[in-house]
Amino acid sequence: MRREGSALSGAATVMAKELADNLTSTRMRLLELLIFVTGAGAVYATIGSVKDLAGLVGEDQFIFLRIFTTAKEPLPSFVAFLGFLIPIVSIALGFDSVNSEFNNRTMSRILAQPIYRDALLFGKFMSGLVTLAVVLAALWIFVVGLGILMLGLPPGTNEVVRGFAFLIAAIAYGAVWLAMAMLFSIVFRSSATAALASLAVWLLFAFFWQMLVPLITLAIAPPDMFDPMSQLATINVGMGIARFSPNTLFGEATQAFLNPETRSLGPVLASQMQGADRGAPLPFDQSLMLVWPQMTGMIASVIVLFTIAYIAFQRQEVRA
Amino acid sequence: MSGPIIHTEGLTKAYGSKIAVDRLDFDVEAGEVFGLLGPNGAGKTTTILMLLGLTEPTSGTARVAGFDPLRQPLEVKRRVGYMPDQVGFYDNLSGIVNLRYTARLAGLDRREADEAIAKSLERVHLSHAGAKPVGTYSRGMRQRLAIAEILMKGASIAILDEPTGGLDPQSTREFLELIRSLKKDGMTILLSSHLLELVQSVCDRVALFNNGKIGLTGRVESLLQDVLGGSHWIRVEATGDNLEAAVARVPGVTRVTRDGAALRVEATGDLRADIARAVVHAGGNLTMIAAGHASLEDVYTRYFEGVAHAA
Repeated sequence: MRREGSALSGAATVMAKELADNLTSTRMRLLELLIFVTGAGAVYATIGSVKDLAGLVGEDQFIFLRIFTTAKEPLPSFVAFLGFLIPIVSIALGFDSVNSEFNNRTMSRILAQPIYRDALLFGKFMSGLVTLAVVLAALWIFVVGLGILMLGLPPGTNEVVRGFAFLIAAIAYGAVWLAMAMLFSIVFRSSATAALASLAVWLLFAFFWQMLVPLITLAIAPPDMFDPMSQLATINVGMGIARFSPNTLFGEATQAFLNPETRSLGPVLASQMQGADRGAPLPFDQSLMLVWPQMTGMIASVIVLFTIAYIAFQRQEVRA
Repeated sequence: MSGPIIHTEGLTKAYGSKIAVDRLDFDVEAGEVFGLLGPNGAGKTTTILMLLGLTEPTSGTARVAGFDPLRQPLEVKRRVGYMPDQVGFYDNLSGIVNLRYTARLAGLDRREADEAIAKSLERVHLSHAGAKPVGTYSRGMRQRLAIAEILMKGASIAILDEPTGGLDPQSTREFLELIRSLKKDGMTILLSSHLLELVQSVCDRVALFNNGKIGLTGRVESLLQDVLGGSHWIRVEATGDNLEAAVARVPGVTRVTRDGAALRVEATGDLRADIARAVVHAGGNLTMIAAGHASLEDVYTRYFEGVAHAA
């Protein structure tokens, strides 16, 4: 059975409307304020210690990237902050995107216009993604600007490229949470339930996953004291399970992009390190190769979650 | 175009084992006002959603303006304006912005849309409120905004689900006036309601709906005649024995039922004098007698009573 007309006609209109809603809503203002204040706080605190760390400015080739990754007690690093805050922003953007149309009783009226449901869902997702990208890009520029002001030197090309790759990773990470929040907004008719479900998943991955991983790993692949290969297998299984969490993927991606010295994200055997120039930074393309699976994993999760959401939405009854 | 503008054949929708709409066949001619009449949960909204292609029928087919809503939903939705039960708008946006959004979705460009919106708001007497957020609108204003949306779209068919639900009598009257003026413009209107008087006053033809089935279809007057066998009711309050039998023997009386202490008589004309005489002859004490025209409600009650008894 073939449908007539483009599935995406009207998507741009939906996107424009949702984008206007997102960018003008009080909810978004509050989140932007939160993320900018915490981001600025983290970076401001960090820059002092980065200067100490690097000794003299100019000795460290990647001093700009240290702004993102260095933690200054008691504050976590800027990257760690983002790891927490991006999911919150994404959830806030997505948790009521579909069910609010039902609760407002606008859904059937909108779907009675000559568009397919695809356009509505796609437009909403894209507007969320664009909003997220705008917020993160603004934050990124803000932090880089702050760095230039406080360090008194511009970032090098390599640093800009790596910083940009990190921005892309952050957007992909946000997209995972956005797709998940939208899925819940379709599955649950009540916005509050969808928000709570999203936050529950966020809590699971942000806090409990790292506690659960060793338990699950030991159950699946207990290490044999006398067999070093089985211990390696345990580590690999553990990492595999940990990587179900988008937080792990984002963490690894940022580590590779922002710490050019990172050579491997898994266990490295002594034999593999033979002849390696320890502590020497990798070229950007090698770092990219290193986290290619992580990036692919995040983007694939977005597609899988969106597809499930899409199927759920297509099958949903329009009547409230 | 010739032939009916809305046509269904064996249209069926089942949710699991529950059949919401059962083998529906009906036609709506271009330019008429057709009423789907039935209690809540009778399957009216489901039928409407199937006509719009928003719900997939389990079996059977529908044609709207010559298109299949299942396979050519965009063609159908371009020609049909829909006002859902308890229509909603984005409360934080103004009436104009709300309409502009749907206009863009309907494929109008910005300039066309603004012209069409101004014209349609004028038509439903909302020009003064167009710039205000919809959150400040009354129920009646929202309903009229929904009509403005249908007009703006240039739809030739309007499907209105419970159009006067929750309106006060004054707003209802104005709304009915609006429906009549749409009909005058040649728009085909399909409306669903459980309010029988409303349907009786605006519809050319009605379909009585219950449990997902259409019981009867036809013009209001002919339904009165066919189902009730008469067009009047007479209420008799009297005391005495065997009055029912006595009244039933009066020529022209089609039915007598007991309604508390009173008798309810259905008849082909105003037979008050004859009935009064019969009551007195039978030795009863007549205290009150009143008559009136039968309404669709009587048809409805009677018809579905019959269906329930037969089942």
